[in-house]
Amino acid sequence: MAEHIVKPKTYLLVYAALLCLTALTVGASLIPMEWPALHLAVALAIGGVKAGLVILFFMHVLYSSKLIWLVALGGLLWLAILIVYTMNDYVHRDSYSTLIKIFMPS
Amino acid sequence: MHPPGHHPDLAHHFDTLNQQKESLVLGMWIFLATELMLFGGLFTAYTVYNYLYTTAFIEASSKLSMPLAAANTVVLLSSSLTMVFAVYGAQVGNRKMLIYSLLGTIVLGLVFLGIKATEYAIDSHENLVPSVERLAKVEWKGWREAHEQQNQPATPEQTPRAYLHQTQLFYLLYYTMTGLHAAHMLIGLSLLVVLVIMARRGRFTPEYHPQVELVGLYWHFVDVVWIFLFPLLYLIR
Repeated sequence: MAEHIVKPKTYLLVYAALLCLTALTVGASLIPMEWPALHLAVALAIGGVKAGLVILFFMHVLYSSKLIWLVALGGLLWLAILIVYTMNDYVHRDSYSTLIKIFMPS
Repeated sequence: MHPPGHHPDLAHHFDTLNQQKESLVLGMWIFLATELMLFGGLFTAYTVYNYLYTTAFIEASSKLSMPLAAANTVVLLSSSLTMVFAVYGAQVGNRKMLIYSLLGTIVLGLVFLGIKATEYAIDSHENLVPSVERLAKVEWKGWREAHEQQNQPATPEQTPRAYLHQTQLFYLLYYTMTGLHAAHMLIGLSLLVVLVIMARRGRFTPEYHPQVELVGLYWHFVDVVWIFLFPLLYLIR
């Protein structure tokens, strides 16, 4: 597979997009929101887009072989397993104790 | 002992330079996946404690200097731009561009660490450190609402110890995560210095310069970690 050379113009456009998204995420954090978790959700969504731009363009994954895609996505999948299953436990601890009270009254 | 027509950089167990380069990039990505799990453990701990102690985390986060962190985000994104220009310089065989882009990346990396150190000094001055005794000197408000909901008289003089422990957890995670990130920056900076020396000696050719690419991947990975640290530590409200 021959090396793909990305044009400097592409890099500059991605950089401009990253700066705009940084301004956007700072701006969004200053807007008062009713629901505090919404701030976190918006910030993480913007962070996800920024990380995606860096990984695809700066780290050349967009132009890489399927094997590189597999390792990059595999890393993300394992991170998701770590966080999602841990949070699944913490978020449902109250509901477990409620269920125990309903089905196993002492 | 290279046979004629054999590239001097090609190791004997590879067929072509491209195959050799591909396997180096693959190895780097596997290493980065393990790095992701190293930071992932901290991100998980952060998520759990943010979920359990949301009020304390939001209040502790709001005491950090967001403008400095935002400036640092711009500095780090800029250093990623100079890094991709270094890779481009190596690809097209422009040694001047390669060396100056690497030097630019080093300068921006040092600026990032300088701002971070300033921030740590300010935090420490304001008693924002993972020590309950020093955190007790800070004025906290978030616990009052919870206290009033439980019909407990809010003593305005003293913050409950449980709340101080919750803010302590935030600062523990803050120093551990930004500290581990800064350690990665230092490693990245040392690697960049090695690249500048190699580039000056003319070690990189347009056909073969994987060292520049691999250090680039590492540098961008550190950038991606910061892209998530910034909103999680500074932008929760």
